Amino acid sequence: MNAPTAKEPEPRTSGPRRLEKVPTGIQGLDEITYGGLPRGRTTLVCGGPGCGKTLMALEFLVHGATRFGEPGVFITFEETAGELATNGASVGFDLAALEADRKLAVDHVRIERSEIEESGEYDLEGLFIRIGFAIDSIGARRVAIDTLEVLFAGLPNPGILRAELRRLFRWLKEKGLTAIVTAERGGNGLTRHGLEEYISDCVLTLDQRVSDQISTRRLRVVKYRGSAHDTDEVPFLIDEGGLSVLPISSLGLDHQAPTSRSSSGIPDLDTMLGGGGFFRGSAVLVSGGAGTGKTSVAASFARRACSEGKRCLFFTFEESSSQVVRNMRSIGIDLAPLMEQDLLQFRSSRPSAGGLEVHLARMHRLVADFEPEVVVIDPITNLLTVGTASELRSMLTRVMDLFKARQITTLLTSLTSATLPSPETSDVSISSLADTWILVREIESDGERNRELYILKSRGMAHSNQVREFRLTDQGIELIDVYLGTEGMPVGSAREARMIRDDKAAQERKHEAQRLQQRMARRRAAVRAQIDALNAELEVEEEELRRAIEREHLSEGEMVRDEARMAAMRRVDLRVPDGNPRRTARP
Amino acid sequence: MKPDQEPIEKADGPAGRAGERVELRLYVAGQKPRSLAAIDNLRRICEENLKGRYTIEVIDLLQSPHLARVDQIVAIPTLVKKLPPPLRRIIGDLSNSERVLIGLDIRPVDSTGADHES
Repeated sequence: MNAPTAKEPEPRTSGPRRLEKVPTGIQGLDEITYGGLPRGRTTLVCGGPGCGKTLMALEFLVHGATRFGEPGVFITFEETAGELATNGASVGFDLAALEADRKLAVDHVRIERSEIEESGEYDLEGLFIRIGFAIDSIGARRVAIDTLEVLFAGLPNPGILRAELRRLFRWLKEKGLTAIVTAERGGNGLTRHGLEEYISDCVLTLDQRVSDQISTRRLRVVKYRGSAHDTDEVPFLIDEGGLSVLPISSLGLDHQAPTSRSSSGIPDLDTMLGGGGFFRGSAVLVSGGAGTGKTSVAASFARRACSEGKRCLFFTFEESSSQVVRNMRSIGIDLAPLMEQDLLQFRSSRPSAGGLEVHLARMHRLVADFEPEVVVIDPITNLLTVGTASELRSMLTRVMDLFKARQITTLLTSLTSATLPSPETSDVSISSLADTWILVREIESDGERNRELYILKSRGMAHSNQVREFRLTDQGIELIDVYLGTEGMPVGSAREARMIRDDKAAQERKHEAQRLQQRMARRRAAVRAQIDALNAELEVEEEELRRAIEREHLSEGEMVRDEARMAAMRRVDLRVPDGNPRRTARP
Repeated sequence: MKPDQEPIEKADGPAGRAGERVELRLYVAGQKPRSLAAIDNLRRICEENLKGRYTIEVIDLLQSPHLARVDQIVAIPTLVKKLPPPLRRIIGDLSNSERVLIGLDIRPVDSTGADHES
């Protein structure tokens, strides 16, 4: 934070030492003041009636006493100690216990104008003594005074009061006390009696404005001497958890981008997204018309996340949680057990329950408390009833920054108007915030409506360009395989009919092939028979030939023998051809 | 609620105009001129107007600071009329006797009986 300060003149009154700060413990306030209120100084908190000044002062003390080991003194001019305790109890503070532990001292200063008469000069030493006594009794480090201006109504001679208040603030500073002084807004300045003249170290304004019957509380750091601070008005919220300020401007675009994936709960959709699902910490926008199945897609995602042990926060602006649970059960998504395990939390509210910033602050608070890994907002477009598109966009930007900084995967559903030429046009204002944009729509053809889903964009992943038909079955969401043909992509019963027709054609083709095969087999058998016959013929011929040769051999041998016999009979001196004179001439 | 100090002055006498005793308590802080002036002024006014039927307690809050809270004291000096009711507070050094008497709901002695407009 310390930029090179070569050109800067001598640091002002604070000297070379950096201003020390005291954390208030109020969610978000310490962030926009970069650490809290200035230590040892008095901070002025001004605002109209019912703005939360008293609560802020009280929280400052209670957090100081319970979390930062700094006991505090509450000087109240308006509420009695009993009223204050009741108010504290409404945000979960047990003031009586803190007082018993000597961590808090409450002094109600009652000034009744009707019983006071003035005669001559006076000072406020009595008040000093009271505050001093309370401080010393518990060793207080923090003081809250709510609201000093009652003095102006209760005591005469404003001139004396002004001088005394100036002395009071100086005195508090000398004692090294960190103080909050509240003041009513009014007059020409920040406060009705110009207290800002005396308290110049740190000034906060609280404000409650109503527009379109919806009130929004806002806080602004008007002045913070010696410290950087955000100057924007930031919304804040008062609920059962006390006061929380939403530090919107402290968020930026420097969040990490994880590469791990988070399944969408619809296996086919994961496949379409290149396998694995959405990037963790990314923003997913599911947009579509009424009844297209946006909530079902969201519920599938939520159930899947919870089944992996992740916590999921489900904001719904349309249905109550039990309605969502019942409806999702009809498509086989049972969310009730997940709620019992405290993995899934529903937050149902009407958009008109508060301004956009109230919703934003509430989301911020719930997310900080529940620490979910997955957040569903269904449907985001319902918030348009309490703000314009550009306000919604600005709010969503902050929501997304917040969620991304926490690496929360967010699924937003968006209701698109059926009258617009294309569903995309109605979402342009928020679509750029989404990393993955899924469109669901209904196509009417041949007297029926069928659901389709496609991925319009998905940053950083190779995703399918197919338009898929999807069905809500009692087993959840089912994407149907793309059925592409020469005549485009039929859906619904047209697809069924085409499938039947195409099936039939395929059957016929199959039969034809079988027929051909059979014919071939028969032909092969016939040819084989012919070959066999020819082979047999050949064999017969070969046999005949062999016999002829045999016969030939036989007849030749017999002829020689017969000749020899004939020669012997004729006594022919005949040499036996083999040189064996068998029968030589006999005498 | 017993003050630590002895009342500086205690003057008893026969019942006055209405026979009522007036119990007064003066809160001061230390020995500052303004406090001392208030004590003097009060004593004088009482002597002149309530002779014999008043009680004055002077309480120094520097010595008993807890009484500031108990008795709801903010300004110094503060004179509290405890009795007779109603309870009234008069702040300042009591230099304006007329306003003190109005505050105490007492008619000045020198105009007793006369139809006097305060």
